[in-house]
Amino acid sequence: MPALCKDCLTTFETGRRCPACRSPRVLSHPELFDLSIAHMDCDAFYASVEKRDNPDLADKPVIIGGGKRGVVSTACYVARIRGVKSAMPMFQALKLCPEAVVIKPRGSHYAAVSKQIRALMDELSPAIEPLSLDEAFIDMTGTEKLHGQPPAVMLAGLVKRMDEELGLTGSIGLSHNKFLAKVASDLDKPRGFSVIGKAETADFLRDKPVRMIWGVGPAMQASLEKAGIRTFTDLLRWDRQDLHARFGGMGDRLWHLARGQDRRRVSSHEPMKSISNETTFFEDTADPDILDGHLWRLSEKVSDRAKAKDMAGRVVTVKLKRANHSALSRRVSLPDTTQSADRIYRTARDLFDLVAREGPFRLIGVGISDLGPATGSDLSGDLLDPGAAQRRRAEQATDAIRARYGDGAILKGRSIR
Amino acid sequence: MKISIERGTLLKAVGQAQSVVERRNTIPILANVLIEAEGDTVSFRATDLDIEVVDKTNAVVERAGATTVSAVTLHEIVRKLPDGALVQLTDDGASGRLTVEAGRSNFSLATLPKEDFPVMASSDYSANFSAPAPVLRRLFDKSKFAISTEETRYYLNGVYMHVSDAEGGKVLRCVATDGHRLARIDADLPAGAEELPGVIVPRKTVGELRKLLDDDDATIAVSVSETKVRFATPEITLTSKVIDGTFPDYTRVIPVGNTRKMEVDAAEFARAVDRVATVSSERSRAVKLALDEDRLVLSVNAPDAGAAEEELAVAYGDERLEIGFNAKYLLEIASQVDRENAVFLFNSSGDPTLMREGNDTSAVYVVMPMRV
Repeated sequence: MPALCKDCLTTFETGRRCPACRSPRVLSHPELFDLSIAHMDCDAFYASVEKRDNPDLADKPVIIGGGKRGVVSTACYVARIRGVKSAMPMFQALKLCPEAVVIKPRGSHYAAVSKQIRALMDELSPAIEPLSLDEAFIDMTGTEKLHGQPPAVMLAGLVKRMDEELGLTGSIGLSHNKFLAKVASDLDKPRGFSVIGKAETADFLRDKPVRMIWGVGPAMQASLEKAGIRTFTDLLRWDRQDLHARFGGMGDRLWHLARGQDRRRVSSHEPMKSISNETTFFEDTADPDILDGHLWRLSEKVSDRAKAKDMAGRVVTVKLKRANHSALSRRVSLPDTTQSADRIYRTARDLFDLVAREGPFRLIGVGISDLGPATGSDLSGDLLDPGAAQRRRAEQATDAIRARYGDGAILKGRSIR
Repeated sequence: MKISIERGTLLKAVGQAQSVVERRNTIPILANVLIEAEGDTVSFRATDLDIEVVDKTNAVVERAGATTVSAVTLHEIVRKLPDGALVQLTDDGASGRLTVEAGRSNFSLATLPKEDFPVMASSDYSANFSAPAPVLRRLFDKSKFAISTEETRYYLNGVYMHVSDAEGGKVLRCVATDGHRLARIDADLPAGAEELPGVIVPRKTVGELRKLLDDDDATIAVSVSETKVRFATPEITLTSKVIDGTFPDYTRVIPVGNTRKMEVDAAEFARAVDRVATVSSERSRAVKLALDEDRLVLSVNAPDAGAAEEELAVAYGDERLEIGFNAKYLLEIASQVDRENAVFLFNSSGDPTLMREGNDTSAVYVVMPMRV
């Protein structure tokens, strides 16, 4: 079985220790040198940067976070042992770990460090897709000739250089698609290097919970659970049409992921996927008039941004948070794309009406996704809504007036509710 | 319970049951079919709480009784048995198992108590009439393509069956629309249907009903109340809740003042639309119709993918007109035409267009144009 030493990057055939440097940090896998889609995830990035910059912190529990909302942004591994997790309210984190050093995030500093990491990754491949400051997909397909080394060796070299040159550690996931690469990078943190091969994909996924899927949050999880889906095996029992009928586009994606398939490309300039706006209320509300006013203003904001970018969306989403913070969202796919505030608002309002009874709410959001160019949007009319054409012309006139006299020049009555 | 039944008969009854049961439900008994044997008949009952189907069939009943068993599993077993096999179903009541025997095959299936099986409450049907299967088949087959799938417009998720006034008097009418196209199909009003309350028959019910309508000689007994609808043959009874909502006033959607008339061979038209639409990969593919004296030019222009154009000979005598449609909608309505030419009546490029078959006003379709 092909093997690789993570310390000196020597490659060899099987063995518990590296034949060159005797290190036990050996990685071996039957498909090790055949896989080329990777995900690199820095280990506790913000906290690691702070510890590197201030060696006094090295052994102390460090929590990055604070600010108005008072939640944990990153916790170092020392703090994590005590039970501190990302997104945990700060008071709770400090209850678990009272001696923790809390540091306010230094966004621009992290961005600068992230650029240094990016420079190292750029030497590996032109196809790099950053997900945030501290993680990225790297497509190494076809780079073996260029580097004279298989992707696995170059990736092990990347984390080694990050450690030596930047004083930061990262974990690598290597597989045959983005979904599995991302899953793999999380299997063996920190300083991990995990491989999920083609042959073992089905076995690997079988009993894994579906919440492992990137993009399946608590709300999606709940609706999957309602359908009796907890694990990948549960998903495999569904046929594609049923999944699509129940979960829409996400259903199709789930069908493929259940089979370990993910055809998304690693792309360095990922096009914008959605445009959304949301607002949190000072006081929770169930008042339909107040909520309706928010729906309109949010729809208008989304529409303005879409118009500014010359884009239109096919899917309209309404997102709500109940008083107990539990989230709720409803989406619908339109027959053609839209950037019209009126159409976004009316669609959002219909969606909201489906769940209005579940209030009071603390947050409401409106978004469009499945974006495309604005030409080709709002082309089809609605038989049952003969006033739509007139309202569309009114919106165009409103836009023209605003472009000339400013945003406050003309307003809809419902926007001041 | 102990019964013997021919495999083909059993397959038909269980087949209907298994398509009604909710596939992935959280209430286990809803996955089951209730089998009741008495005298010389056996009935198979299945429900998803919105639709209930009961299939009564003759069988040799050695011991009367009742039990419930997974509809899908039983269907799979019976499907895989050889044609012409005699199937024996035995339930001793104590073991909690139903034995299925045929030839050398022997299965034992877990059962659930029949007492737990939800039986749909009966309704006071205010209208009872009977209609030949081909009449109902036409009403629903020609309208169901326009049913909306949008959850937000749940009141459009079915076919609106009601009594209406038409040129020749009262008719039994089915209407479906999703806001982009609309189908309105009329049939002679059957005796007894005068008091029919307008009901929205859900999409799934329309699909299940279709299985009762294949036999040209069959007569279907229809019963309708404000909340339920029932379709019955001597063997099968399909009962369904109707959609609790108000169907929009579709009459104002159907254009009456469209005067620009185009007549075209429907099949030829559909093939041409399909051909030109090939170049566009957009989901809502727009086809442009350019009309001139007896000439129709169909074109698609997809800036990223390419362009296509095709000319058709049509009968058209009005002034020049350019109008765009979603290719899929055009294909769907054109494929409803099976006897005569398709007649399109246009107004302007922004107004709904009407389509019918020849001069037959008992089936009309309306489609909303797209800006092109």
